Amino acid sequence: MKVLVPVKRVIDYNVKARVKADQTGVDLANVKMSMNPFDEIAVEEAVRLKEGKEHHAAGTATEIVVVSIGVTQAQETIRTALAMGADRGILIQSDSDLEPLAVAKVLKAVVEEEKPDLVLMGKQSIDGDNNAVGQMLAALLDWPQATFASKLEVGGGKATVTREIDGGLQTLAAELPAVVTVDLRLNTPRYASLPNIMKAKKKEIAMKAVADYGVDTAPRLKVQKVTEPPKRAAGVKVASAAELVETLKSAGVL
Amino acid sequence: MAVLVIADHDGSALRDTTHKTVTAAGQLGGDVDVLVVGQGAQGVADAAAKIAGVRKVLLAEGAGLGKALAEAVEATVLPLAAGYDAILAPATTDGKNYAPRLAAKLDVAPISDIVEVVAPDTFVRPIYAGNALETIQSSDAKKVITVRSTAFAAAGEGGSASIETVAGGEAPKTTFVGEEMVKSDRPELGAAKIVVSGGRALGSAEEFHAVMDPLADKLGAAVGASRAAVDAGYAPNDYQVGQTGKVVAPQLYIAIGISGAIQHLAGMKDSKVIVAINKDPDAPIFQVADYGLVADYKTAVPELMAALG
Repeated sequence: MKVLVPVKRVIDYNVKARVKADQTGVDLANVKMSMNPFDEIAVEEAVRLKEGKEHHAAGTATEIVVVSIGVTQAQETIRTALAMGADRGILIQSDSDLEPLAVAKVLKAVVEEEKPDLVLMGKQSIDGDNNAVGQMLAALLDWPQATFASKLEVGGGKATVTREIDGGLQTLAAELPAVVTVDLRLNTPRYASLPNIMKAKKKEIAMKAVADYGVDTAPRLKVQKVTEPPKRAAGVKVASAAELVETLKSAGVL
Repeated sequence: MAVLVIADHDGSALRDTTHKTVTAAGQLGGDVDVLVVGQGAQGVADAAAKIAGVRKVLLAEGAGLGKALAEAVEATVLPLAAGYDAILAPATTDGKNYAPRLAAKLDVAPISDIVEVVAPDTFVRPIYAGNALETIQSSDAKKVITVRSTAFAAAGEGGSASIETVAGGEAPKTTFVGEEMVKSDRPELGAAKIVVSGGRALGSAEEFHAVMDPLADKLGAAVGASRAAVDAGYAPNDYQVGQTGKVVAPQLYIAIGISGAIQHLAGMKDSKVIVAINKDPDAPIFQVADYGLVADYKTAVPELMAALG
């Protein structure tokens, strides 16, 4: 089984995003960038499907292809995935940040070329927070989708996925090929070992451009401004639990 | 202009996220219809018909719709889409699951998690875990939008809309296998007036429940947790408050032993009153708290219980 894992280079999870003074966006100059954390979980699960870790049978995945759409430096993000155990990469270069619909259209073209049995990807990127590309890719391909996975089993021509939903967990079986988007609890991604990082340098990354795929990526949304959220007024410290209860009662919230 | 709101419900009761989404829909202008997808959901449709400002309720029933399978919801809404300028759903896990799928089928850019309607084509939504707000204008003729319900007031009751039956779609390649819903007598996290949340400081799952459960019961509150507490296995994932978990905005939010990581703050900073109890006076949670108590939870929570009487 071939698995395609789309990954995105985003602001590092531990860096606080700062809004630019001219309100045109978030300042990414000289900011640490990393693989989107949810995508890292998707790469890890794909590698486990290949290695036969946890409940997966060895060789469930036979080839893992990682694809990223972004600037030249997104090669580093792909290398990270290759060092974790993916087999080869595709970088589709784009200097502009494509909207989720455009990303889904480009990925659809990649899927038609690569013909994976499973697309495994993060449920959302931590920059745009749209939580949309996986669902849109599934729709464009007319494939079933299973989002927010906290457990994945692959066998018998289907993916059985336990999903994190409001109020609990839901389990679905989706016929392959399918798109599965992953949530936090699916696994804990590994750190690549030094030998694997060295090996990853020899793995192939095919360089492409968005134009190679001939899809309409024109933006549909215009960002008018990006602003900081309103700040909360500074609060007061209370000395004891008793004073706290009294204060809350007089404020009318208890 | 006509707007379709896809209702959020549990099969028997309509959730107030629907009322809040109707409010957002009303701000776009024009007629507002509500679509109830489900199985045996006539009671939900009846409740939706009573929401003030609703023109009519559409009821679609089918096997895959009882569990809101994305493919089935998409197949149900697609034939109705021609009659609407915008389709809105609450940004619940269901809404987030089917709305982008629907948008792709309609070839429009989905607009996720809006917190404000600026104009019928312009919306504000949080990005970067709530560290920034973007105002975006859509050039699509039809819009597919999910609504962060905590940012909108609930539409009132008093309507008497008609109910029409429409055809339900199917999910031919997806099978519902089962579900494990958390059973609790406490209010639901997303809808509770008071939320008490515990963090990693609680140290173990046993301690988490021993400290948080009685306090929640005393206050009639829902229990939440930080991602750190969830990652450490002290609390189940659906307790998680934060950008990657649930976004809550109760009347009163009490954070116990939570340092206040960015991603947690993103999930609760719109609460009306925030109380923080933490032994570290420099914890970032105090920067957003209205009332802070610098104390070890081990002494503070029993004292709090005693003071509540």
